[in-house]
Amino acid sequence: MKKLFRPAISLFILLSAVTGIVYPMAVTGIAQVVFPENAHGSLIVKGGKPVGSSLIGQNFSDPGHFWGRPSATSPQPYNGTASGGSNLGPLNPAFTDAVKSRIAALQAADPENPRPIPVDLVTASASGLDPHISPASARYQVARVARARSLPAATVAALVEKHTEDRQWGLFGEPRVNVLELNLALDDIR
Amino acid sequence: MTTHAWLLLGLYLLVLLLAAKPLGCHIADVMEGRPSLAARLGGGVESVLYRLCGIRREEEMGWLQYALAILLFNLIGALAVYALQRTQAWLPLNPQGFANVSPDSSFNTAISFATNTNWQGYSGESTMSYLTQMLGLTVQNFFSAATAIVVVVALIRGFSRHTAKTVGNAWVDLSRITLYVLLPISLVYAVFLVGQGAIQNFDAYKDVTASATMSTQSLPMGPVASQEAIKMLGTNGGGFFNANSAHPYENPTPLSDFIQMLSIFLIPAALCLTFGRMVGDMRQGWAVLMAMTLMFVVMAIVAMVFEQQGNPLLSGLGIDQSITAFQPGGNMEGKEMRFGIADSSLFATITTLASCGAVNAMHDSFMPLGGFVTMWDMMLGEVVFGGVGSGLYGMLVFAVMAVFIAGLMIGRTPEYLGKKIEAFEMKMVSIAILVTPLLVLAGAAIAVMAADGIAGIANPGAHGFSEILYAFTSAANNNGSAFAGLSANTPFYNNLLAIAMWFGRFGVMVPVLALAGSLAAKKRIAPGAGTMPTHGPLFVVLLIGTVVLIGALNYVPALALGPVVEHLMLGPGN
Repeated sequence: MKKLFRPAISLFILLSAVTGIVYPMAVTGIAQVVFPENAHGSLIVKGGKPVGSSLIGQNFSDPGHFWGRPSATSPQPYNGTASGGSNLGPLNPAFTDAVKSRIAALQAADPENPRPIPVDLVTASASGLDPHISPASARYQVARVARARSLPAATVAALVEKHTEDRQWGLFGEPRVNVLELNLALDDIR
Repeated sequence: MTTHAWLLLGLYLLVLLLAAKPLGCHIADVMEGRPSLAARLGGGVESVLYRLCGIRREEEMGWLQYALAILLFNLIGALAVYALQRTQAWLPLNPQGFANVSPDSSFNTAISFATNTNWQGYSGESTMSYLTQMLGLTVQNFFSAATAIVVVVALIRGFSRHTAKTVGNAWVDLSRITLYVLLPISLVYAVFLVGQGAIQNFDAYKDVTASATMSTQSLPMGPVASQEAIKMLGTNGGGFFNANSAHPYENPTPLSDFIQMLSIFLIPAALCLTFGRMVGDMRQGWAVLMAMTLMFVVMAIVAMVFEQQGNPLLSGLGIDQSITAFQPGGNMEGKEMRFGIADSSLFATITTLASCGAVNAMHDSFMPLGGFVTMWDMMLGEVVFGGVGSGLYGMLVFAVMAVFIAGLMIGRTPEYLGKKIEAFEMKMVSIAILVTPLLVLAGAAIAVMAADGIAGIANPGAHGFSEILYAFTSAANNNGSAFAGLSANTPFYNNLLAIAMWFGRFGVMVPVLALAGSLAAKKRIAPGAGTMPTHGPLFVVLLIGTVVLIGALNYVPALALGPVVEHLMLGPGN
């Protein structure tokens, strides 16, 4: 047993240095050279100031912007330093109540919209930072956003179309719309 | 199931099975000390390492010494992670100025990462300094993966050697698997992840504001990609961030998600063929791999179907849960848009079958039968692919059990790969199989009887019981995923779950090494007329039957009180 101590301790220290210092530093070094923007968070810069990340959603809730997925982070939605989902079970009354109040908010902002609401627009995402909504959810909001901005619905719809991504390589994931990028493009119109 | 879901599953299996053989053969070469490209490039480092550590590579160990070496190495690892967390406030690379972690949380996390469980009571982005993440957690991701791989290699040597006193040199095995397999793959993989958008830096968190009317958002930063790569490859599963692989900075795109799923099963699948190669009969490896694959496909389909059906309690509220060209529909609570239903359900099946525990969707919000699948996957004993190394040694233990049962049926002495299975082997097999169910059921029973245990429940009714059952199933099987509503960052859960993780890991590993030692010492007997072939479809069916029956019989009553009741309550009239 005693003769195991020296190799155990020294191997632990040396392999720790390789896997815990050399390896992450090497990845950082390569990443800085090959993908510097990605490595620092895919930030969107406007007028010299970072306005957000194209990978992280933000909390839009006014009628003139597209709304993202509901976010269960606390204390406020889309809290970048406290990612997570609601963890509400499917039968939990608190879950059905939360969905009902989201439906009410969407309908209050757009009372004349008779269409059923796409499910992703009333259910909280896993990370609470989901940057995307479904194309159906974007289309559902076109009339409201157009009205609030006094823009022709066709203009807004065209912008949604432009920001709709297909499945990656036509194969992986789901078609989706990046809410922050879409809203920033909307703000650029006027 | 949609065409997209079938296509995804089919493509996944295709790529996995194509990649398994080359990697499996590479691992066999590395572990048997044959020359490989990686060994040529890193051979110098290896020699220096041995010289500095006083390791003589030709000096082999018996099973007991091997087990002691492994235990010692992991104990040092747990102590180091504990120490780092308790002192991180005074150490460098802590731009957010995080305080030292509490003693009970540090203890839980140290055990959790040393045992390849990676259960997380804490929330990474608000708790851990960059130094703790890389020098504590990333390192353990490597070491705990290496540990289980070398243990299964020792067990394989038990079959491939005869009349031998030793099963290998633990130090040499650990060094080789780390330097020549885990490290090179992780390096390439991490750079790929950054290419998809995962972050890798040492910056302080960045404040951003989209417009004058919006509140400021603080974006977390850190060396994420390097940890993410080994987290998936080593079936560790401990996320840099609280949301784990659902976080866009950990798993930015559907393609990164596909590769993450692939990397969970990659080494467990490859090791089956390492096994075939080392025992000199590839068919033995393929048989085990086929048994795993068949069980996986069934579980994946069940999860995908139930999540896609959506939540009947939401119908009639004016919501569209149907699947169209413009939305995935289904149960989207706790799921990310870019992954939708198919990718999330597939990921959940893979991460729970393998003892990975990374999540790209919140299992707590799955439909009752979707959640049932994730729990059931773990209850099979983490042997269907399972953790790196631990999955295969668990499955080989079941294979010994299967030949034993078959031997009883036909009245012959059971044998596996030319080794007679006798009383000592069956004792070790029984301990290895029974230790986890015992920890799960006893742990869950204690928690539901204690006020501190009940206090952690987030969801009412049967789902609350499921949260506790899931926690102990996950801990004792070294999975690490959670029905995360449970408030488990309390002294009660931190300590009880740490105990379940430690004994769930080494309570299996030590008997497995004893089995390896005893098998290695045996003579090899030539197959006779009464030998049951262990490479054909008959054996695959027998193996599946053994795994499912033992899993089922242990957990059926507990499952009936949790997800089964919950599903029945969803029915009409409730």
